Amino acid sequence: MELSGAEIVVQALIDEGVEYVFGYPGGAVLHIYDALFQQDRVKHILVRHEQGASHAADGYARATGRCGVCLVTSGPGATNAVTGIATAYMDSIPMVILSGQVPTPVIGSDAFQEVDTVGITRPCVKHNFLVQDVRDLAETLRKAFFIATSGRPGPVLVDIPKDTTDPNVKIPYRYPREIAMRSYRPVSKGHPGQIRQAVEAMLAARRPVLYTGGGVILGEASPLLRQLVRATGFPITSTLMGLGAYPMTDRQFIGMLGMHGTYEANMAMHETDCLVAIGARFDDRVTGKIEHFCPHATIIHVDVDPSSISKNVRVDIPIVGPVASVLEDMLRLLAEARCDPERAAIVEWWARIEQWREINCLSYDRANDKIKPQLAVETLYRITDGALYLTSDVGQHQMFAAQFYPFDQPRRWINSGGLGTMGFGLPAAMGVQLAFPEAQVACISGEASILMCIQELATCKQYELPIKILLLNNGYMGMVRQWQELFYESRYSHSYVDALPDFVQLTESFGHVGMRVEKPDELEGALREAFALKDRCVFLDVVVDPTENVYPMIVAGKGHHEMHLSPERELA
Amino acid sequence: MRHIISVLLENEAGALSRVAGLFSARGYNIESLTVAPTDDPTQSRMTLVTVGNDDVVEQIKKQLNKLIDTIKLLDLSEGPHIERELMMVKVRAERADREELKRLVDIFRAKIIDVTDTSFVVELTGDSEKLDAFIDAVPKGLIIEVVRTGPSGISRGPQGLML
Ligand SMILES: Cc1cc2nc3c(=O)[nH]c(=O)nc-3n(C[C@H](O)[C@H](O)[C@H](O)COP(=O)(O)OP(=O)(O)OC[C@H]3O[C@@H](n4cnc5c(N)ncnc54)[C@H](O)[C@@H]3O)c2cc1C
Ligand SMILES: Cc1ncc(C[n+]2csc(CCOP(=O)(O)OP(=O)(O)O)c2C)c(N)n1
Ligand SMILES: [Mg+2]
Repeated sequence: MELSGAEIVVQALIDEGVEYVFGYPGGAVLHIYDALFQQDRVKHILVRHEQGASHAADGYARATGRCGVCLVTSGPGATNAVTGIATAYMDSIPMVILSGQVPTPVIGSDAFQEVDTVGITRPCVKHNFLVQDVRDLAETLRKAFFIATSGRPGPVLVDIPKDTTDPNVKIPYRYPREIAMRSYRPVSKGHPGQIRQAVEAMLAARRPVLYTGGGVILGEASPLLRQLVRATGFPITSTLMGLGAYPMTDRQFIGMLGMHGTYEANMAMHETDCLVAIGARFDDRVTGKIEHFCPHATIIHVDVDPSSISKNVRVDIPIVGPVASVLEDMLRLLAEARCDPERAAIVEWWARIEQWREINCLSYDRANDKIKPQLAVETLYRITDGALYLTSDVGQHQMFAAQFYPFDQPRRWINSGGLGTMGFGLPAAMGVQLAFPEAQVACISGEASILMCIQELATCKQYELPIKILLLNNGYMGMVRQWQELFYESRYSHSYVDALPDFVQLTESFGHVGMRVEKPDELEGALREAFALKDRCVFLDVVVDPTENVYPMIVAGKGHHEMHLSPERELA
Repeated sequence: MRHIISVLLENEAGALSRVAGLFSARGYNIESLTVAPTDDPTQSRMTLVTVGNDDVVEQIKKQLNKLIDTIKLLDLSEGPHIERELMMVKVRAERADREELKRLVDIFRAKIIDVTDTSFVVELTGDSEKLDAFIDAVPKGLIIEVVRTGPSGISRGPQGLML
C-alpha cells in the first residue's frame, strides 16, 4: 500500500484501533485533516480550544484505560494543548498528542506559527518525537503508542512537520505490530525475593495499612486488590487518584488519606507498623510533613516506576513491578502461608480504628437554610445510585465530591490530582461521554473553574453529549478563600468571583438546559429533573453556602496525627 | 559525594537536551558532562559528574534510567575505574618564562602544541586533579585561557557498558 504522510497518520490511528481523535485544525495539519475527511473509521471531535482537546482525550483515557489521542496545529495550537498534556503527565495518563509543525526546511527560522514544541513539552511528556522524514512516520507513531501505554503510562507527543505529510509524496506503508526498543523495556514482574520479604512483613504486622493509589487503576488491578484486602483483613485507604479501585462503601475501606482525608485513615497511617503502598507515589498532599510520616512503620512499596520508590520517603522493602503481577504473587504466598484475616492482632487493630471512625469526621451542619455543598454531593450520590462517571474541576467542590460520593468501581472518578488543573472537568466529561454514550456522566465544578473551559459547551451541543454539570456556586474561589481565611487572617485577596454570568442564560444560549437552585428543599427535585432529561446537557447552577470550608484538614507542615476536624470540633 | 556516571544513549537529536533538562528541572548538580558517539554511530556515550548525598544520587540515576533514550547506565564510582580529562592551556610565554614553562610541561608529561613568540598552547591529559595541579603550578599571571573537556570514564577489567 502506498500512502502519503497524512494518510499514514490516519491509517496508523486506524491500525491502533483509535476510536476518537480530539482536535482543532490549522495550517500545519491541513494535510492530515484532509486525510481524516476522506475516511470514516476514526471519528474526529472538534473541540473549541486545544486545552479542551487534551483534557477530553485525557478523560477518555481515564474512563476506558485506552490511549487518548489529540491533534493540534503548530504554534498556538500546540501551546494551548500544553496544560492538558501536563495534566495527563502528572497523573500518568496514556495519551498521544499529534502536533503539526512548520515544514522541516524552515524549522528554526521563526516561521509563521513556529514554536519549539518538542522543547516546550519535554518536561511534561513521557517522551516526544520530531518526525524528520516521512519514512519514519509509521514506526514513530507505533513507538508513541507503545511508550504511552506501557510501564508507567504517560503522554507522548509526536511533532509532525507539514512537509512530512505532503499528499504528493507516497511511500509504501506497513504498520509495525510489534516494536522492540533496546532503550525502553518496562519491567513485567516483581522480584520474587522482595515479594516474599514483603509478605513476611505483612504476616507479622500488628497494625498494617494498605495505602493504594492511581497505579492500581492504571494497572487494572482492582479485582486483585479486592482479593488482597479480603485475604489479609487489613484496613485500606486510598489517595485521591485511587478512589474506586476498592469499593468505598465497604467496611474495610477507611476513607481517603492525606490533607483532606478522613481522621481514621490518617490516624491509622500515624500508628501503623506496616505500610503497604501500592501504586501510590507519596505525594506531599498525602504525607504531610515527612519527618512525622508513619513513624513506626516498615514501609513496603509496589510501583512500576523505580523513580517513584524512595523519592520522598525512604522505603524498606521496594518492589518494582506492575501492580497486577505483584499482587498475584503476593496472594499466592499469602494463601500458602494460610494468612488469617481475623488473627487477634488484626481484630485489636480494627477495634482501635473503629474508635477513630466513631468521631465521624465528615459530619457537617445539616440544619441550614443554605445548601451545604456536602448535601448537594450526597444528594447527587443518592439519586444516581452511586453509578455516575463523575469528572471534577479543582477546588473545594473536588474535595467534597471525593469525600461524599463513594465510588465502588475504578475509572468512575475522574479528576486532576497532580497538577490540579481548573478547567479539566467539562472537557474530560466529553471524553467520557463519547466513550460511554449510554452511561450517566456528570461534571462537578465551581463557578471559577467552569469558566476556564466554558467554550466546550458548544462541543457538547455539536455532538449532543448529555452531560450533567453540577455547579457548586459559592461565589468564591472557595479553596483559595479557605486558605486566606485560615492563613491570611481572612484577607480575601482576589478570590471573590465577581461579575459572574447568568449561568442559566449562558447555558441556554449554547442550546442546553439551564437550571438554578437556591434552596435546600429544591435540590433533590432539580437533580432528579436534570437526570431525567436523558438526552440533554443540563447545567445546574446550585447556590451553596459561601462560607463552607473543607474539613478535616491537615495544614502544611503537620503530621497525620495533627488533623483539624473543624473550627467547632477540635480534638483533644 | 562526587559520582561519575556513564550513560549509553540512543544517538538521537535531543537526547542531550533531555539529560540537561532533567538536571535543571529537578535542581540536580551537574559538574561536567561530556558526550560523543561510540564505535556504534547509533549510540552516544555520556560521562556525567555530579555531587549529592546518596538519596539524591540514587534518584538522579533512576531519573536518567527512566529517559526513554537511555540504553544503559553505570555509576563508575561504585567500582575501580579510570578517569581522563583533556585540557588545553594557553600561557604567556615571554623569553624569561619559556624555560620554566617547558620544565613544567615535562614534569606533567604535557605537550606544547602551539608556539608563538609570546605564547604556548599546552595540552595535558589526566585525571581532573592532575589538571588542577598543573594550573596551580603555572606561575601567577601567565595563563591566558583554559579549556577542559570534563572527565570521561571507563571501568577497569573486562566488563563493558554495552547492550
Ligand atoms: C485541591 C487538591 C487537594 C488534594 N488533596 C489530596 C488529599 O487530601 N489526599 C490525596 O490523596 N490527594 C490529594 N490531592 C491529590 C494529590 O495532589 C496527588 O495527585 C495524589 O495524592 C497522587 O495520588 P497517587 O499517589 O495515587 O499517585 P498517582 O499520580 O496516581 O501515581 C500513580 C503511581 O502508581 C504508579 N503506577 C502506575 N501504573 C502502575 C502499574 N501498572 N503498576 C504499579 N505501579 C503503577 C506510578 O508509577 C505512580 O507512582 C489533592 C489534589 C488537589 C488538586
Ligand atoms: C488553572 C488554575 N489556576 C489556578 C488554580 C489555583 N486554584 C485552586 S482551587 C481554586 C479556586 C477554584 O474555585 P472554584 O472553581 O469556584 O471552586 P471552589 O473551590 O469554590 O469549589 C484556584 C484558583 C488552579 N488550581 N488551576
Ligand atoms: Mg467557587
